[in-house]
Amino acid sequence: MREVQDSQGSETMSTNSESGGNGHSERKSAIRLEKRPDGVAIAWLDTPDSRLNIISTALAADFAATLQEIESDAAIKAVVIASAKPDNFMAGADVHEFLTTTSAEAFEKMVRAFHEALDRIAGSRKPYVAAIHGPCLGGGYEMALACHYRVASDDPKTVVGLPEVMMGVFPAGGGCQRLPRLIGVAKALPMILAGQRIKGRKAKKLGMVDLLTTPKGIADTAAKAALQLAEGKLRPERELGFMDKLFGGPLLGMVMGQARKETMKKTRGNYPAPLAVLECVETGLRGGFKAGQEAEIRNFGRVAAGPEAKNLIRLFDAMNELKKSPVTAESHKVDHLAIIGGGFMGEGIAAVSIGMTPTVVKDIADEALAKCAKNIWKALDKRLKSGSLTRLDRDRNWANLHFTKDYAGLANADLVIEAVFEKLDLKQRVLADTEAAIAPDAVFATNTSALPIGDIAAKALHPERVVGMHYFSPVPKMPLLEIVRGPKTDDQAVATAHKYGSKQGKTCIVVNDGPGFYTSRVLGPLMNEAMLLLEEGADIGALDKAWLDRGWPVGPVALMDEVGIDVAGHVAQDLGKAFAGRMQGQTTVIAKLVDAGYAGRKNNRGFYAYPPEGSKKKKTINADVYQFFGGPNRKPMNTRDMVDRLEVLFINEAVYCLQEGILATPRDGDVGAILGLGFPPFRGGPFRYVDAVGADKLVARMEELAAKHGSRFTPAPLLKEMATAGKVFYPPDLYKAPGSSQAQPKVEAGTAG
Amino acid sequence: MAPRRLSGRRVVIVDGCRTPFLRSMTDYMDLMSYDLGTMAVSALLARSRLDPGRVDRLILGTVIADVKTSNVAREVALAAGLPLSVPAYTVTAACTSSNVAIASGVEAIAAGVADIVIAGGTETSSDVPIRFSRPLRKRLIASTKVKGPGGYLGLLKGVKLKDFAPDAPAIAEFSTGLTMGDNAERLAKAVGLTREEQDRYALSSHHRAAKAHKEGLLADQIAPVSVPPKFAPITFDNGVRADSTYEKLSTLPPVFDRKFGTVTAGNSSFLTDGASAVLLMSEEKAQELGYEPIAAITATAMVALDPVEELLLGPALAVPAALEQAGVGLADVGVFEIHEAFAAPVLAVTKLFKDARWCRDRLGLENALGEIDPARLNAWGGSLSIGHPFGATGARLMMTAARRLKHEKARYGVVSACAAGALGHAMVLERA
Repeated sequence: MREVQDSQGSETMSTNSESGGNGHSERKSAIRLEKRPDGVAIAWLDTPDSRLNIISTALAADFAATLQEIESDAAIKAVVIASAKPDNFMAGADVHEFLTTTSAEAFEKMVRAFHEALDRIAGSRKPYVAAIHGPCLGGGYEMALACHYRVASDDPKTVVGLPEVMMGVFPAGGGCQRLPRLIGVAKALPMILAGQRIKGRKAKKLGMVDLLTTPKGIADTAAKAALQLAEGKLRPERELGFMDKLFGGPLLGMVMGQARKETMKKTRGNYPAPLAVLECVETGLRGGFKAGQEAEIRNFGRVAAGPEAKNLIRLFDAMNELKKSPVTAESHKVDHLAIIGGGFMGEGIAAVSIGMTPTVVKDIADEALAKCAKNIWKALDKRLKSGSLTRLDRDRNWANLHFTKDYAGLANADLVIEAVFEKLDLKQRVLADTEAAIAPDAVFATNTSALPIGDIAAKALHPERVVGMHYFSPVPKMPLLEIVRGPKTDDQAVATAHKYGSKQGKTCIVVNDGPGFYTSRVLGPLMNEAMLLLEEGADIGALDKAWLDRGWPVGPVALMDEVGIDVAGHVAQDLGKAFAGRMQGQTTVIAKLVDAGYAGRKNNRGFYAYPPEGSKKKKTINADVYQFFGGPNRKPMNTRDMVDRLEVLFINEAVYCLQEGILATPRDGDVGAILGLGFPPFRGGPFRYVDAVGADKLVARMEELAAKHGSRFTPAPLLKEMATAGKVFYPPDLYKAPGSSQAQPKVEAGTAG
Repeated sequence: MAPRRLSGRRVVIVDGCRTPFLRSMTDYMDLMSYDLGTMAVSALLARSRLDPGRVDRLILGTVIADVKTSNVAREVALAAGLPLSVPAYTVTAACTSSNVAIASGVEAIAAGVADIVIAGGTETSSDVPIRFSRPLRKRLIASTKVKGPGGYLGLLKGVKLKDFAPDAPAIAEFSTGLTMGDNAERLAKAVGLTREEQDRYALSSHHRAAKAHKEGLLADQIAPVSVPPKFAPITFDNGVRADSTYEKLSTLPPVFDRKFGTVTAGNSSFLTDGASAVLLMSEEKAQELGYEPIAAITATAMVALDPVEELLLGPALAVPAALEQAGVGLADVGVFEIHEAFAAPVLAVTKLFKDARWCRDRLGLENALGEIDPARLNAWGGSLSIGHPFGATGARLMMTAARRLKHEKARYGVVSACAAGALGHAMVLERA
């Protein structure tokens, strides 16, 4: 089944053309032209068999035909481009077409045709007005930018922007040219680089749209504007301010230099798309519109055909697939949620739940409840002040939050999420007390990062309704939820956790029970190896920097501080016990650190010293810890070796998880690693990475490391088997046409022409 | 003339809760009555597990309306998570506002035009609207139409310094100019209530409320809340003084008649913030949805009296009227919940019910109505101790009476209150 991007998803841009007449007559057109008696033609965008309008080769062909008809019909004085879909203008390009197009030439051809179509709009003597209601993003907004006037609805669903970089590509349909010219380079550049989506009111303020109106009747309003433009009665007011002119002219070098510096700091050169944006914007502003267009076309072929874009699109595609429950069982209807434990995790889970259901938080301490309430209120208030939440929505969210100190207060819950301290006997006791208070059919979820669900549910009255919901911290920001199916967990509990977790905005992977499940388990060997590297004399700063340069968001040593050295110690101990046979070379330093009172960031005794909250100072290395690692004298180590040692252990453990059935599919492993642990997204996750490098090469490297550093580097049997047989984890990408559930190999547009 | 009677379907109360009632200018200081009402209604919805879409209407009482939320019930409905399609309106009838809100709900259900109603009230005295003086208001309103600086200067002509003094609302009768306290004093003198009687009554109110809190009798009706800026969970009413003594109360000076008066701050209710809500259903709807009714409401009576001589005597006429409607005798009533604006009016009502002459003259009865056993009256404390958020008290009386019926295994209960404008309201309950 196909899930195209929705308004929440990310999207790309651009389209291809020249599909020829072949097959055209058999399918419905994606554009319907309505000619009104007043001389305005409304081009209704209406991608067949789809909830959304999607830019594709097929649409491009229809678009070209429509433009032809408009130009040749003298009765048409002005044109409105509007959407026939409810609440969607045009969300972007067909991601499956992107995935199955592989050559740079084909992409160049695609985008060149798009430019030609948009240039025809922009250069037309008949004014074009875009009537924007719903998301208008990527190629959709580039089309709007090519129009002579933009009308947008004041509905909260209306967002405009060029978010292509989020998908590894960039606005190459004139977006890097027209947006900086429209609102000034100093505003346009950060917006494109961060892939921002802008709501109606702000878009009007910035000049991204010319007029705000009501969603109903927007096509009529746009038609009036189009007629007035044709008659010369309406002149758009868009004069760039003095500073904006300076930034786009004499100060352009400064603006670009600053943007380049920021981009390199953020991406460390791992992502080609933002660099392409910088080049295209600068080329266009210095060498003129045409030169900018050529730069867009040239860069797009290279970037869109590259592995980074492919991997980001595949991730997006996988996240969409994961919205569907992996089990067919009906989920239990959740009208009321209860959370046990008002600590940091419980608070985070409550914060992402009160938008949907009444949520009661139970804790034994007044102070914990007060802190929980205060933090949630502050976060809501911040969103109110930033304009992302209305006052009424804030109040409705807040009214859904309730507190209790008694188990009796949980009586109404359909789903209970327990988030108490990670101690088995405590969790078992809480489960027993909860079961006595809740309905027999309520689902009980335990938020644990490593304790096996089977152990927690060992004494449960109804172990079938006990499921693991492993959230990541901080909950409101982290996109992953690892759902753990215990040995007795039934499908309904899994379906309930999946449905509620998805509603919370999380991408859910369902894994099987075992020590550390998937995410904590793969992190274990990595953290252990980081400690061993320090014991061998590695420098904390050098090790973390190598990891950041590799594309990870946090260095392994800094991560230790974030997770908590004590927590990491617990996990390491449990995992060490569970996999004692093959986890040779366990570090003993963590236990010593814990004994010495090192807990990491939370008690400001860790590998780093942390400045007080709100301070602008950066964390500094706490040289005191070197006493546990052989003294303050550090020695230079080969960066590649350090990175490889961490990475292959991580990947190898992921393969073990697949082999042992903890993971159902490589896809779940990749999404979990990227969204939960920060595996560099542009490499697609551990399994995609194995496919890209080749299992044989990885096995060879591991055997080399095993000979040097010990048996923990022995490749997993499954990895060896794949190396020997020359197999890959993923089949080739298949094309799925909009509206069809059938995936099929696609003939590349570029090769046909 | 046939006696009046609440006719139609039988109406039951199935649940009710309130925010803790707090002295004004304490922890609810920064909240609007809208916020308080939202807390009470959302808590009621959450604990009753009612599908909010089933609610036919929300009716809230309030006295000092905030002009920003003049139909505060509708704002509360939106914020508390009722669907947009649930209508809501606000009633105002001074201290009987939420009594009238409940009666409206009862009458709508009985008449068959609604099945499920949430009724209650909300009030803050921490943020009352303080207005500019009339001369200044007149000019401010006119200023929206003036043109040019000259026009503005012209407006300033004739403004006096005293016009800049703010115009705060007083708890005084518009018609007579007398404050509530003045009226309580008049009543105490008219009926002949001693200072000691009033102080002892107030003391008992505090002790009863403290005992009820301690024994957990009020826990069921209080929805704990957590509010900015402190967010510490609030679970108790903070006006209850368990340590109050007669000696302490008797030393307080009279406030309204400083020389010969008997009404003091100690035997008057204090300014309070809070909100309350009860869930009403037709008996058959409750049965259909599986709710266990606590009590049925079988009579609603409203009366009005002379604002000068009888301002706080509403219950003296309303209670007999309601009992007559229900066909219940005073002696058969096991649970009385009568609003304690001051100690004086409650004592006056009980005294007058025993007074054959008054009962003959004012109620047209041959004999005295009868005696109210003090043990049956406000057994879990009253407005003197728990507090009195004007618009929210009636619903507190109702949920307390219903729960007391169950707790005390009594059959009939009466809820009554007096109000500014010389209004009186009473309802009769029957244990379900």
